[in-house]
Amino acid sequence: MTKTVLLIEDEQNIVEAVRFILSRDGWDVRTHANGLDAFDAVRRRNPDVVILDVMLPGRSGFDILQDIREDETVGNVPVLMLSARGRKEDIETAKRSGANLYLTKPFSNEEVLNAVRDLVTE
Amino acid sequence: MSDKEDNSISDRRAYRRRRMADASRLMPLFGAALFGMPLLWGGETVPTTKVMVYVFAVWIALVVLSGLISRSLPDPSEERQRNQFRL
Amino acid sequence: MATLNALAVFCLLYVALLFCVAFIADRTARRGQGKWLSSPIIYTLSLSIYCTAWTFYGAVGFAASSGLEFLTIYLGPTLIIIGWWWTLRKLVIVGRTNRITSIADLISSRYGKSNLLAVFVTLMAVVGTTPYIALQLQSVTFSIAAFAEADASGDGLPNQQIIAFWVTAGLVVFTILFGTRNLEANARHYGVVMAIALEAVVKLIALLAVGIFAVWGLAGGIDSTLAKINESAISDWEVSGGRWIGLTLLSAMAFICLPRMFQVMVVENENEGHLRTASWAFPLYLMLISLFVVPIAVIGLDPIYGGGRDPDLFVLTLPLENGREGLAILAFLGGFSSATSMVIVAAIALSTMVSNHIVMPVWLWATGGSAIMAGDVRRVILVARRISILVILFLGYLYFRMSGGGAALAAIGLISFVGVAQFMPSLVGGLFWRGGNRTGAIAGLAAGFALWAYCLFLPSFGASSIMPQSVIERGLFDILWLRPQALFITEGMEPVMHAFMWSLSFNILFYVIFSIAGFPTPVERLQSGQFVNALWQSQVPGNWTGGLAQSEDLLLMSQRVLGSEDARAIFQNAAKEQGGEYLPAPTPDFLLKLERVLSGSVGAATANAMISQIVVGAGVSVRDLMAVADETAQIMEYSSRLVIKTEEQERTARQLREVNDKLTRLSVQKDAFLSQISHELRTPMTSIRAFSEILKNPCDISPDKREKFASIIYEEATRLTRLLDELLDLSVLENAHAVVNLSEGRLSELLDRAVNTVASEGDGFKITRNPENEKIDLDTDLDRLVQVFINLISNARKYCDAKTPELEIKVARMNGMLEVDFSDNGSGIPLESQDLIFEKFSRIGEARAGGAGLGLAISREIMTRLGGSLVYLPWSEGTVFRVSLPLEAEIAG
Repeated sequence: MTKTVLLIEDEQNIVEAVRFILSRDGWDVRTHANGLDAFDAVRRRNPDVVILDVMLPGRSGFDILQDIREDETVGNVPVLMLSARGRKEDIETAKRSGANLYLTKPFSNEEVLNAVRDLVTE
Repeated sequence: MSDKEDNSISDRRAYRRRRMADASRLMPLFGAALFGMPLLWGGETVPTTKVMVYVFAVWIALVVLSGLISRSLPDPSEERQRNQFRL
Repeated sequence: MATLNALAVFCLLYVALLFCVAFIADRTARRGQGKWLSSPIIYTLSLSIYCTAWTFYGAVGFAASSGLEFLTIYLGPTLIIIGWWWTLRKLVIVGRTNRITSIADLISSRYGKSNLLAVFVTLMAVVGTTPYIALQLQSVTFSIAAFAEADASGDGLPNQQIIAFWVTAGLVVFTILFGTRNLEANARHYGVVMAIALEAVVKLIALLAVGIFAVWGLAGGIDSTLAKINESAISDWEVSGGRWIGLTLLSAMAFICLPRMFQVMVVENENEGHLRTASWAFPLYLMLISLFVVPIAVIGLDPIYGGGRDPDLFVLTLPLENGREGLAILAFLGGFSSATSMVIVAAIALSTMVSNHIVMPVWLWATGGSAIMAGDVRRVILVARRISILVILFLGYLYFRMSGGGAALAAIGLISFVGVAQFMPSLVGGLFWRGGNRTGAIAGLAAGFALWAYCLFLPSFGASSIMPQSVIERGLFDILWLRPQALFITEGMEPVMHAFMWSLSFNILFYVIFSIAGFPTPVERLQSGQFVNALWQSQVPGNWTGGLAQSEDLLLMSQRVLGSEDARAIFQNAAKEQGGEYLPAPTPDFLLKLERVLSGSVGAATANAMISQIVVGAGVSVRDLMAVADETAQIMEYSSRLVIKTEEQERTARQLREVNDKLTRLSVQKDAFLSQISHELRTPMTSIRAFSEILKNPCDISPDKREKFASIIYEEATRLTRLLDELLDLSVLENAHAVVNLSEGRLSELLDRAVNTVASEGDGFKITRNPENEKIDLDTDLDRLVQVFINLISNARKYCDAKTPELEIKVARMNGMLEVDFSDNGSGIPLESQDLIFEKFSRIGEARAGGAGLGLAISREIMTRLGGSLVYLPWSEGTVFRVSLPLEAEIAG
């Protein structure tokens, strides 16, 4: 069965790139571009993996992550966080908030692909 | 050379505006003097009709003059802004 | 009864029409629609309530007995209004900027917000106006009686008292309904003004119609009319010079001081520009209304046309007796209009005064000034107004009942005029003489009022108990020199002129003497400055951002805290540094320096609050701040000697704390900035890296996709480069190491360059310019200036959301500054975002549109470097940015 990925990111070019890479690898990629109803989108689609950008219009990625983790239905979905910050403290914070994996922009396509594959097999 | 012309045109416009404001200030005095003229005619008794025609003619003239002058005066609210720096 | 019935029907229809008009106008205004409501023509027509039933009926009566003398009543206002630039402009501006609600309010406010003065003026106004109201009621009842008489089939006169009662009741209803709708004290009464305007038109048309009928229908043309005049009793012009001039002067004063005139002219004024139209339209109206008065009078006097006994009613009786009932009904409606419009506006004006200056203070005193919620106060005001209207109109009705309707209409009018003319010295002195003070005003008003009452008002009641005939003939206490109508040596003077002369002379005398002899309180000084300098002061702030208007405010405020010399010195130096003359632009540098200086005197908190209130334009008015500054200055004087030492210590400690705070804030800002930059740089890099990797193996990608990806890489790389360029730019500018390359160029060429750079793609973006105004030569850093223009024009192009986006570039000179406005027709920038747009990286809305978000920050920095400014103007519908540059940058010659 095809696995779904929900990509929550507002930069259209990045969305395009990631979608291309993942769908070429066989994933069903859905996207969502703003933070306000991102959590609803997660609940609706119930994806196998969520890729979440930190800087979103309307709501921060961390708040959305918190909502996800607190929810019963989707609370265990694996989340890959994307951010422009790459310092150790930021990675720790993200892990503590419930992100499974964390990638700093700019990332390589291999990194994203491997991350997503890893998250599903776990 | 053309710069000089342009400057003097806008100068002329400002000058005209100030003269128009002066004219407007003089209007009541001018009007009062005109309306008071009949008092000076009282040699023999003056016929009412003559005074009537005179007064109404002056009146119409003042209306027209006032219209012309007021048209060339600036908008008072703009003028107020412009005047704000006269300390 | 036929005519009378027809009259009743038309009258009721007309009244219904007035109610409708008032209702619609009010509703339109409340919905915020209807720009036509504030047209200058409506304003001019509303001024016509100067012409009451006295004009409609009494003028003819006056003319029938005294010839052309009636004209003086209209010449006075004509002279005043054609000189509006000099006479009325200041009055209207002061009224509007100080939110004056009545003439009592104006006088009281000017002389230190004195409630005593307000009460005084209110009482005088009420006493002077009540007979005038009775006069209007009388004219309506008399005119109805005239119809009844002409109606041979009728069974006698309807009871006059009852008619007057019902008319009064109707007026009470109308006035309360439309005059006290709104809770705010200053709301304009659009409904009433519209109704008044309509009545003005009806008045004029009615009188002109009767006039035309009389001249052409009855007398047979202009020539025969003129001949008739020559044969009549008033064929010779027998007006005494004293009365001709005196009455003109009196009517001029009354035009300004009558409460109803003040109400429509100042309080209901929307825009002082309306005076421009009124200055010719109103005299025209007056002229037309007086045109046919003499012909009607003369023709009426001729018994052939059966004008009847009473010249006052010729306007009615001429059509009635000659079979023109329709015309007569129209004439009646005209007279009805003139009477009712006067009563309504006068009632509103007087009730406002009574409720604001008598009821409110009493109520506040009675409730002991305890914590009152705003809602309560407004309710009380409303109720007080309504009751006042009721009482005032009832008083008018009473006066009418008691006076028996005997006095000639003309006399009452002039008595009222002399009464309100007493306000003139305090008013004129208040607006033009800083030396006028409260004591003087009270003394002048008291003297004037006393003399008016003694010489004119009381004797007008006839030989009655109020003023016995013996006093009139032999003077007070039998002293001949104190005869009310022949004071001192003025025997044989006509009573109105006599009273006018004496009352005003003593009024002015006492006003001047007591003003010179006394000292004003601080509040009076503040107010006198506000009023006398009104033409050169800024409005109550709250609309402006940036601009030299605030420097003026800052200077005035600083003068009060630091003293005139020091403040001016500081400002002039700052201005010279910026390349100006007297006033520096409120640049951040200057504001910081000023704040530092001020906090030395009033403490940092107050200094900061003062400056930010003026520059940001929040709710507190400059007046309040100046009051604070004034008080502070006084306190400083008293205590400075005692606390110098502790102050200095405190000051140092305070400044240290301030610096500390500022540093903390700065470092927080820096962190935020860095993380923002990091994000802005990494985002495009992500796309570039991702797509470059994809394109490394181009085999399984379609050519279209390849092209698309390649162009995305190109786009993002460009974006990155631009961002880096802008960052560099900004840091160079901010570090003040920016080199300013001066060169000479023409504004029009700079704008051309900017426009061509942005819009060379020819995409239907319309730019409107005015080449005439752009012929200005500049000596500044031209490239940087063009950079600013490019930024603004391209922003407009990117973000303007109108269907057909248009940009207008306007050039203006404003006192030493060149102002270039870039305004588009989009929907403007929302209020919340207005402060943010100049911040780095802020972008309004979702659209990226290829910008890095630093454009405005850079542009603003550039303009500051060049000695000018870049501000967003918040008061238009679209987006308007204003670039200001000192014109020192303009080459002379």
